[in-house]
Amino acid sequence: MDATILPEVTAVGVIIKAVLILAVISAIAGFGTYIERKVLAFMQRRLGPQHVGPYGLLQLAADGIKLFTKEDIIPQHANKIIFSVAPAITAATAFIALAAVPVFPDFTIPFVDVFVPSIASDVNVGILFVLGMMAAGLYGPLLAGMAQSNKWGIIGSARTAIQFLSYEVVTGLSLLAPIMMVGSLSFVDFNDYQSDGTWLVVYQPVAFVLFLIAGYAETNRTPFDLLEHEAEIVSGYVTEYSGMRWGMFFIGEYANMITIGVIASVVFLGGYNDWWIFAGWFMILAKIAFSFFFMLWVRAAWPHVRPDQLMWLCWKVLMPLAVINVVITGLVMMAG
Amino acid sequence: MYEFIAFYIFAISTTILFMITVMSKNVLYAMTSLAAGMVMISGFFFILGADFLGVVQLIVYVGAVMALYSFAMMFFDATKDIKEKHNNPTLVFLLGGLMALVFVIIFSAPIIGENIEASYPIVNGVGNAQAVGIVLFTKYLVPFEVAAIMLLVAMIAGIILAGKKMDISLTKTVIQKEPEDEILKESK
Repeated sequence: MDATILPEVTAVGVIIKAVLILAVISAIAGFGTYIERKVLAFMQRRLGPQHVGPYGLLQLAADGIKLFTKEDIIPQHANKIIFSVAPAITAATAFIALAAVPVFPDFTIPFVDVFVPSIASDVNVGILFVLGMMAAGLYGPLLAGMAQSNKWGIIGSARTAIQFLSYEVVTGLSLLAPIMMVGSLSFVDFNDYQSDGTWLVVYQPVAFVLFLIAGYAETNRTPFDLLEHEAEIVSGYVTEYSGMRWGMFFIGEYANMITIGVIASVVFLGGYNDWWIFAGWFMILAKIAFSFFFMLWVRAAWPHVRPDQLMWLCWKVLMPLAVINVVITGLVMMAG
Repeated sequence: MYEFIAFYIFAISTTILFMITVMSKNVLYAMTSLAAGMVMISGFFFILGADFLGVVQLIVYVGAVMALYSFAMMFFDATKDIKEKHNNPTLVFLLGGLMALVFVIIFSAPIIGENIEASYPIVNGVGNAQAVGIVLFTKYLVPFEVAAIMLLVAMIAGIILAGKKMDISLTKTVIQKEPEDEILKESK
């Protein structure tokens, strides 16, 4: 750390930060649905939403009103407690994961003089904490599918389990190589390591690609959206959900997309360092926005895979590649 | 002050959740409270400043319980209660209670005797992961390697058990072959 002494982090500051993350990320998640539809529409030569408001911008509000006012249905034979808890798990773990990643720069609120830190909770094992929390988030789909006494739901939750057991190894092993190079699990150290302008993706291109693939499986984005693929299992684990309970799954998924974007930007793409004439806060926002856009691009470009193809890909292709990458990184580090 | 409140929240919730795990007749409740209890236990590590161990607890047990879930999904109907067979509830209660009492005495004895000491206390300036690594690769190197070999053996055994017919695709149409095994032939 440099010599400048940061103001003390108080409980009030952390609470303000938590509320800020919750409000802003929820709003972005809502806006993300609009962006997703528009981008997909442009890529598939359609128009996308355009009737509500200018360029369809108010579609967002219309969707919100629809979600809030929809009847909240709990199926007769469902396990009511678990059925109600499941959406909260997805949304809560997604936001808890965001507690340990740097979102927005540090700032001090004028007049009342409260310091709001960049990371709500700066644990020195941040990267592991975020991965663990995102893994815990998969309990949402799993429980939702099992509680609703619906065959599509059960298939959806079975797919959640195999998806989790497939990608989890790849995520961990692909991040291990950069962790070995930096020698720390803290996001701040990753950022400082790349402050000379050389991004880690230059040294670890294989790890970056592996992490992106595993990250898409983790957020169940389209090449790997086995959990709720409409053409096969109606809607998977969300078949019986309506209204705001469904909305919570949705917000959780978009928050997870942003988290994956933050990890990819900070670990591989140079973090929030200044670059050329652009300030650090602009760079990190640009990188997160690009990785969000990249997810939509991938969705427009590829069809989804079957569960057995996902398992084959993760265990027979990606995991050996990740292990070889770790071994080579270790050998180079020992030689150098 | 915050640690005090946090400790009691985690302690009470852990106890209640694990009691649900033991008492509930519904698979879904039992598994969910087990997973949630494991997450709550990691809270204690965070309070004690052992961030690394807390996160490891989180990742390892979340994954392990997820694997248990997939078995529960295959064997039980998750929405119905399970009929448990109790031959002698009094004996179970007595043995369970005695075991719990013995464990409480074993773990509280050093605290009462006030001779509990950290063999490897937290060193200022050394990160959690580094501290664990140093102890693992010096003092506990042999147990660490033995555990690694044990896991390797288990992994190879698992692959052999599961992967006998891995070269046959599940999705392409499989031509029905005559069983080569003698026992299978006789049973036909």
